[in-house]
Amino acid sequence: MITFDKTTKTYEGNVTAVKGVDFTVEKGEIVVLLGPSGCGKTTLLRMVNRLESISDGKITIDGQDSMSLNQTALRRKIGYVIQSNGLFPNMTIEENTMIVPDLLGWSKKDKKERFQKLMEMIGLSGEKFGKRYPHELSGGQQQRIGVIRALAADPPVMLMDEPFGALDPIIREKIQDEFLQIQKEVKKTILFVSHDIDEAIKMADKIVLLRGGELMQYDTPSEMLVRPKNEFVREFFGKDRAIKSLSLHTIQDLQEMIGLAEFDDAIADTKTINVNHDLRNTLSMLLNQEADQVIVSDDDGNKLGAITIDIVQKYLHYEIKAKPAPVLEGV
Amino acid sequence: MNKKKVISLVVRYSVYGLVALFFFWAIRNHYFDYIFTESTTFWHLVKQHLQLVLVSSVLALLIAIPGGILVTRKPFRRAEWVVSNTVNLGQTIPSLAVLALMISILGIGFQTAVFALFIYSLLPMYRNTVAGIDSIDENLIDAARGMGMKPIQILLRIELPNAAYSILAGVRTAIVLNIGTAALAYVVGGGGLGVWIFTGIQLFDNGYLISGAIPVTLLAIFVDYLLRLLERLIVPEGSKPPQEL
Repeated sequence: MITFDKTTKTYEGNVTAVKGVDFTVEKGEIVVLLGPSGCGKTTLLRMVNRLESISDGKITIDGQDSMSLNQTALRRKIGYVIQSNGLFPNMTIEENTMIVPDLLGWSKKDKKERFQKLMEMIGLSGEKFGKRYPHELSGGQQQRIGVIRALAADPPVMLMDEPFGALDPIIREKIQDEFLQIQKEVKKTILFVSHDIDEAIKMADKIVLLRGGELMQYDTPSEMLVRPKNEFVREFFGKDRAIKSLSLHTIQDLQEMIGLAEFDDAIADTKTINVNHDLRNTLSMLLNQEADQVIVSDDDGNKLGAITIDIVQKYLHYEIKAKPAPVLEGV
Repeated sequence: MNKKKVISLVVRYSVYGLVALFFFWAIRNHYFDYIFTESTTFWHLVKQHLQLVLVSSVLALLIAIPGGILVTRKPFRRAEWVVSNTVNLGQTIPSLAVLALMISILGIGFQTAVFALFIYSLLPMYRNTVAGIDSIDENLIDAARGMGMKPIQILLRIELPNAAYSILAGVRTAIVLNIGTAALAYVVGGGGLGVWIFTGIQLFDNGYLISGAIPVTLLAIFVDYLLRLLERLIVPEGSKPPQEL
């Protein structure tokens, strides 16, 4: 758990980068720091492992004031991933990955085992890649190594500064999915900086939206999209925020809420879609007129019903207008 | 592509041919004979020459590399401008002038020559150390700090290994230049193979000139080769420039 308590950063000459920010990252959650460039999101992240000093207020990690801890010890128990992967060219992949365990004085055997396990997690062969050097790997592979390097000593907290920002869109999406899968297993408390709205919606349990060092809104992605607190938040997510919010819901959610339409076996031009598909992609498919009828099926291939644009529209109306705002804990 | 290859081959073999021709001419005229007829003196001069180079280079190494490391540390960053320009200034003074100046302070002999050579070796070593460390991606240092490396660990594990190629290139340049410049030591009575070269010039005796000059050249080429081997051993595999084969 990371708690920000009136955290403030002032640079020389009275430039305030972060202004009295208050929020809590719950254990096992991914909180994305989002905002336009210069909003202080990276500064705020770097204050957690004290790469930036704290001018006022405090940051507590699992109840301990970060300033009361030894700086080196603090950093070694916080995983840190940066955009340019930061792999050291003079070290092999195995050496790179095992830096923090090495600093902590792990035995050779423990390091070897841990390395193999981490490589398995990202689906790369430890045997094959261990002795290679960073420049021999592709960008996507390098970034994956950057992520497992941060996980190496199993830190409870991870800081990720635009970790997938330098990758091309296809690889980025793949690594995002992969990382969410890993997170399901390891359940780290993660603070994640991003300037990409789609990435934030996808990765975040909650989003912190910043402007000029001030916290604009702290909410779940769907709440932020559906119920923006002010004009800035509304504008930031853009006019298509309703469509964006659809990527957070699956056909299953829709079915549970308002049910699907009957399907007609007589229509020949039919396409089938899995019930776990998100509504944003489903809607695109419907708008593209890919088939006269789209049938929803479950994992076993049973037909559950049909889906139409009207139904999605009805669901959206319910989500945005009719549904009462849920009470958020911790805000 | 093919045309380029042909040109490079022609140039290379013409140079080989010229060198072979030169040696043929020199041997024909018995210009290398002094090396054998006065072999005791020759080996004494070679030894002196090597001593000059060794002592001055080691001294420069001990000052320039730690100096370069020091000015790239955060608290001393501001001193870099002053130090770099002072060292640059040392290089701009003509070598003969340095020698002449030093005679008035240190007198005539070995120590004066060593001092002048030392001054000359400082700049390439120092500058390459600073440049090597400066060229390391700021993000790497940031990542290292963020992972909880102490400054000394960052220096030893990240900065020096990744700057090693540049630092060693500076050392190599300095030492090879030094071997050539050491021939001037004769002027201040420092000995070395310069003795034969200057004797040859003064007496119009090509034999002395060539018996002194060619060993200096071969020495420089040989030492350069040795230092390249050393480079290959020391520089970590991943930090070598890609074009190196």
